[in-house]
Amino acid sequence: MTLCITCQRLGDREVKHKSFFWFVLPSALAMMLFIFFPIISVIVQSLHVEHEQVIRKVESCDLFGCKESTTIDQEATAALRAAEPLGQFAGFKTYLDRNHLATKEVGTTWKNTSSWRDFGAQMLNLPFYKAIGFTLTFTFVVTPLVIIVGFVIAVAVNSAVRQLRGPLIFFSLLPMMITPLVGALILFWMVDARGIIGATLQHLAGDPELSVKASTPLMWIMLMVYGVWHAAPFAFIVYYAGLQTVNKETLEAARVDGANRWLQIRHVVIPHLLPLTTFIALMQLMDNFRVFEPIVSFAANAHATSLSWAIYNDLGGETRQLSSAAATSVLTIIGVAILLSPVLVRTWRDFDRK
Amino acid sequence: MFLRKIALAGAMAITAGSAYAACEIPGNVSIVGNEFPAIHTVAKGAAECAGGEVKSNLTADHQKINVAGMQGNPAEYSTAIIANSSIVALMNEDVIRPLNDLVAEYGQDIPKSQLITIDGNIMAVAFMANAQTLAYRKDVLEEIGVDVPKTYEEVLEAAEKIRAAGISQYPVGGAYAAGWNLAEEFVNMYVGHGGEFFVPGTAEVAINNEQGVAALNMMKALTEYMNPDFLTHDSNATGAEMEAGNVILMNMWGSRMGNLMDAEGAEEQVYSNITVGAPLTVGGGSTPASTLWWDGWTVAKNISDEDAVATFLAMKHGTSPAILNDETMSQAVWMIEGYKPAPVNDGVFAAMSAGTRSYPMLPYQGLLHTALGDNLADFLLGKESAEQALADTEAAFTTAAKEKGFLK
Repeated sequence: MTLCITCQRLGDREVKHKSFFWFVLPSALAMMLFIFFPIISVIVQSLHVEHEQVIRKVESCDLFGCKESTTIDQEATAALRAAEPLGQFAGFKTYLDRNHLATKEVGTTWKNTSSWRDFGAQMLNLPFYKAIGFTLTFTFVVTPLVIIVGFVIAVAVNSAVRQLRGPLIFFSLLPMMITPLVGALILFWMVDARGIIGATLQHLAGDPELSVKASTPLMWIMLMVYGVWHAAPFAFIVYYAGLQTVNKETLEAARVDGANRWLQIRHVVIPHLLPLTTFIALMQLMDNFRVFEPIVSFAANAHATSLSWAIYNDLGGETRQLSSAAATSVLTIIGVAILLSPVLVRTWRDFDRK
Repeated sequence: MFLRKIALAGAMAITAGSAYAACEIPGNVSIVGNEFPAIHTVAKGAAECAGGEVKSNLTADHQKINVAGMQGNPAEYSTAIIANSSIVALMNEDVIRPLNDLVAEYGQDIPKSQLITIDGNIMAVAFMANAQTLAYRKDVLEEIGVDVPKTYEEVLEAAEKIRAAGISQYPVGGAYAAGWNLAEEFVNMYVGHGGEFFVPGTAEVAINNEQGVAALNMMKALTEYMNPDFLTHDSNATGAEMEAGNVILMNMWGSRMGNLMDAEGAEEQVYSNITVGAPLTVGGGSTPASTLWWDGWTVAKNISDEDAVATFLAMKHGTSPAILNDETMSQAVWMIEGYKPAPVNDGVFAAMSAGTRSYPMLPYQGLLHTALGDNLADFLLGKESAEQALADTEAAFTTAAKEKGFLK
């Protein structure tokens, strides 16, 4: 009641914005707390490096005898640490160093290489570009395949006999239900030279020495196959839900006009599902850009690394490299933003026009 | 007979009871450590102490949580069970306390060799030793008429003969999984060639040299006889290959030999013939191409004095002769009085007597290990030269060391 009185007084547009504000406030606060502030903290971390460590020569003794060694002089650095607990300010130094954007190394390589091929090979020797090379390939191969495969499964399940649909949906969703790490491990064992897929491949290729895990191109393909296998159910379930809302009358009209099955899909179903496709593409671009689990479970890091894997690797060593991991994290966020920018810009324009 | 058994059981219960009573602690204890049988035994021993709460969190991810868990005040963990590589991270962050006063008051009976001392400060108490040594199939070596290899060169010769005899296509094993394992194998091989990792006394890395190239070339030569998937094989996977009868010779951790030689997971022909040998040498050197490791316990800095005393007493009890019985005896090469070595531990003892170097306890060794693990695979895959792989490693390390403040 009160709301409606307000509508009359303020006009539609303002009410929309005001109630919108109160609606989103709780989630906006949660986002500030759990997303925005952590990102700020990561950015701050990435701009700092650790204090200069004062190293002292000492004698260290263990079970196996004494020898000359070094250690950090804690007293000497204690005052520095207390004064600046974040470490020393480094600006963008970490972003530009060899383990990240490697601006200096890229410049030298550019000057010293004569062909694009050579330049590319040299670039892939730098950890960041090696990671981004695989990350982008994975993203742009897996995303469209997930959309296509998901759509095909959804159309197939939708046209199956009603009694069969339940079990079909269940089996189609299985890859998504399985924990990613476990799903990847299952595939990892299957492609082993003595596993069912690995042995079949050897047989088909006529090469008893063929091993998926030993070859970089095959490993890349296997990671992408896993990516599609794991994410296709997501696209499937979204499309399947969308298919239930296709206007039956429009389909009927198309059929009367003599459209065959393919033409119905092409001119009625696909245009109807286009907004869903945008949604799936957005989610998949983000997810695939952060590809991580398959690399760990396939033990593929000799052949393929990704930005997320690089962050994990920085934090998982005996000496944690927080600044390095923070810089890679920020670069990942920038990467996601660039990938999504075309869609985001369009959404913003649509909003503005209204 | 029956009565005697009961009497014996009773006597054991009494001695066990006195062992419980022997450990009284004035505070609480919280343990973080790796997850394998020997560590479980230690944590269980510590938990026998009465007078305070003894908690433990044993996980393979202990290194990811122990620093953070000891940085708070008061610290979440009052002790971390660590090895010579991982104690460095705790010392770098200054989260563990020197134990000199506690040892003086409560630990006079701990043998001096077990005290890990850095610059006169006791930073940890070691309780077990570990090393990688040769594991081989006795029956196969007899079949081809070859003596047990003492050097990696002899391993290559034996491997060629085994392959030629059609016994196994890939007779050599090794934990060559890209990452920590691969780096560890390089460390072994480089030490075996007499290499030094750093310009002494500094964090300036120096591995791109003759020894480094020789170490990498030997590793590459070995991989010719390994399952082509070697870059995905960690110690578990390569151990399974040996149990499956495919691998005849490999460099393996002393702490894992028990698994290879027990009846589980392999045919009798295989497990009864797996034998532990001495660590191998390489390139005519006399220092084994292996490193010695110890596991030990520490005491956190940011805890009350009562908890520190409690932790010290509980961990001392957890690594005392009281924990040794038939079941625990073979779990590790215990540095505990009353320990009787089994054949499975021959390798580690051989490594100790052969003058194997211990894994360097340097503040920046962990960064080099990470850099090695990330950069050597390209060479083994044939994508770049040994010199290039070593140069990449040095560059990656130097960059990381600058970010961590070890280099300017």
